[in-house]
Amino acid sequence: MTTQTETEKQTTIAVLVDNEPGVLARVIGLFSGRGYNIESLTVAEVDTQEGLSRITIVTSGTPMVIEQIKAQLERLVPVHKVCDLTMDGAYVDRELALVKVKSTGEARVESLRVAEIFRARVVDSTSESFVFEIVGDTGKLDAFINLMEPLGLMDVSRTGVAAIARGARPL
Amino acid sequence: MADDQMNGSQILLKALEEQGVDVIFGYPGGAVLPIYDEIFKQDAIRHILVRHEQGAMHAAEGYARSTGKVGVVLVTSGPGATNTVTGLTDALMDSIPVVCLTGQVPTHLIGNDAFQEADITGITRPCTKHNYLVKDVNALARTVHEAFYVARSGRPGPVLVDLPKDVMTAMGDYTPVSRVTHRTYKPRMKGDINLIRRAVDIMAAAKRPILYCGGGIINSGPAASQLLTEFVRLTGFPCTLTVMGLGAFPASDPLYLGMLGMHGTYEANLAMHGCDVMVAIGARFDDRITGRLADFSPNSTKIHIDIDPSSINKNVPVDVGIVGDVGHVLEDMIKVWKAEQASPDQKALAEWWKSIDRWRARDCLRYENSTKVIKPQYALQRLYELTKDRDDVYITTEVGQHQMWAAQHYRFDKPNHWMTSGGLGTMGYGLPAAMGVQVAHPKALVIDIAGEASVIMNIQEMSTIAQYRLPVKVFILNNEYMGMVRQWQELLYGGRYAESYMDSLPDFVKLAEAFQAVGLRATKPDEVDDVIREMIETDRAVIADIRVDKLENCFPMIPSGAAHNEMLLGPGDEAETPVAEEGMVLV
Repeated sequence: MTTQTETEKQTTIAVLVDNEPGVLARVIGLFSGRGYNIESLTVAEVDTQEGLSRITIVTSGTPMVIEQIKAQLERLVPVHKVCDLTMDGAYVDRELALVKVKSTGEARVESLRVAEIFRARVVDSTSESFVFEIVGDTGKLDAFINLMEPLGLMDVSRTGVAAIARGARPL
Repeated sequence: MADDQMNGSQILLKALEEQGVDVIFGYPGGAVLPIYDEIFKQDAIRHILVRHEQGAMHAAEGYARSTGKVGVVLVTSGPGATNTVTGLTDALMDSIPVVCLTGQVPTHLIGNDAFQEADITGITRPCTKHNYLVKDVNALARTVHEAFYVARSGRPGPVLVDLPKDVMTAMGDYTPVSRVTHRTYKPRMKGDINLIRRAVDIMAAAKRPILYCGGGIINSGPAASQLLTEFVRLTGFPCTLTVMGLGAFPASDPLYLGMLGMHGTYEANLAMHGCDVMVAIGARFDDRITGRLADFSPNSTKIHIDIDPSSINKNVPVDVGIVGDVGHVLEDMIKVWKAEQASPDQKALAEWWKSIDRWRARDCLRYENSTKVIKPQYALQRLYELTKDRDDVYITTEVGQHQMWAAQHYRFDKPNHWMTSGGLGTMGYGLPAAMGVQVAHPKALVIDIAGEASVIMNIQEMSTIAQYRLPVKVFILNNEYMGMVRQWQELLYGGRYAESYMDSLPDFVKLAEAFQAVGLRATKPDEVDDVIREMIETDRAVIADIRVDKLENCFPMIPSGAAHNEMLLGPGDEAETPVAEEGMVLV
């Protein structure tokens, strides 16, 4: 019984739900009502025929809390499936960010150079600004945004994490 | 338009009928007028007109708990709907199956802040097991059937269905229940047989076992109580029940240790603390049960059987968690126990019972009786003695000292005869709940054991009781205080009785008469029996005002933040260490 002293761990959970009104509120309400963390949350319909949405949640907690979160999610009536990607083996996680940078001269050139290193694409440009599109895991996006900070960072929009298990098996 | 089309209200009533609903507790209003018009035109379903929507909810809970069926509530939009929130939360906490139908403004007005509009699906999302807003009349029947299925399946709970007025007048098709299956919600009923075998092996090797059982047994149905009784007698293990589980195992059985927890018996709590194997069945390790978590039964191997996977390892980590209906799991457990010819160490078990008998000898429910003033415990003991030979007695309670005394002193041998607000602790629960029980069991003796403060919270329901001539008995232990609040103020706040004295109480005898009931009063111990007898013999509703000792405390008690072996047994018993700061913040 050492659960109290066990350390918190970041976990990525995929949830398949009926795409019905209020389902996202149910999931978010569960997290806020029971005091769980949400570090990132992504949701979109993935099966229009069956009307299913997939929610990817990045959360953190002790193993006992993570188990609770999964059990509580499974208990929600419109939930089809809950999958702990972190526990179930290797998985791929990606996030997309749109990053607006306003600069001229050397800083403008430097921002393009950094973007190239990070394989970010320019999706909009004016004489004094760029919008970069960058895809990668959360750490890569954080690093890119940090580097853009002194180069005239104006605005960031991030999608949150989408994740999927490696290998042939579906959710 | 096809001939077999009906309007939404007709579809609703047909769906309710198909679900076997015979009674609805409700209150009309603008948004539900089309439904009430259809209720007027039919006889299959009886409508009980309550005086406040909270009363409807608790009545439906009482109905559900005493019958095992789903309770049904019908209220209007806006305030009608918001008044059900306490009852919904109560039903959620105690896992009671209720379907609450709320009116809603027409779909085109939703979101416009229309008159009597409330976002009730938004408001009740955290306090229902599930809820629905029906926007299409053709989805109505399916939704109602689903709502009943969700309410009664798995761990039961309240389900709310919000019904916009235009949907209730639109024409549409009916979907019979036979054509409705749920896509996602399929709770697991059978337990994993390998885990059951492991649990039996652990139990067979136990030296100091205890079975700790709760409301899950009651919810599973009377068969589960019989299986539990069989299993306890088969093993010879001691059994304790939570406040929600009273009646799941016969209180008259010598293997029963009484209720456990904050106001549980000395023997039950010490057995929980000292056991080496604990089997929790349909119970959820609530903070009123565990006391200080760090010191909760520190040396035991724990087995937990529950239909709700999220109950397992929530508060207390267990060694074997079995997900399934407790009735099914107990059935398998008995089979495995017999097949393996499990034989626990009888010598160790006898030693364990010797310890338990020593704790029992402390006679922890003892109190100093008096010839001058009525002790609340005495009144309840007399109530029990004078009613115990009937098998049709149903007890509901309000919340507070009287509730705990009732749990301690009224002894239940059968399930579904005890209705109390366990999880939420809702004052005002008992009177409307008794009303619901009496509607379900018209000839039975239904008694609301009440406190004078709680009962006033829903006293308006005396009017409903009068209208339907329900012979509900309200047995008020009147100490003129919010007794439990006062007790905590005495024990923890230096006797500063902030706002816990009930000044200007009504004359309960006159109050009874005003509601066409019979009012009785006892002020001395020798009047108690006569009042109880007269109360039982009266074939109308009765309010019995039992004037009890104002300052009596409810013992035994585990002070908040303390462990099971630090319980206070009586007024002379000081806590070994004063309640610590972390204990004071606990409720």
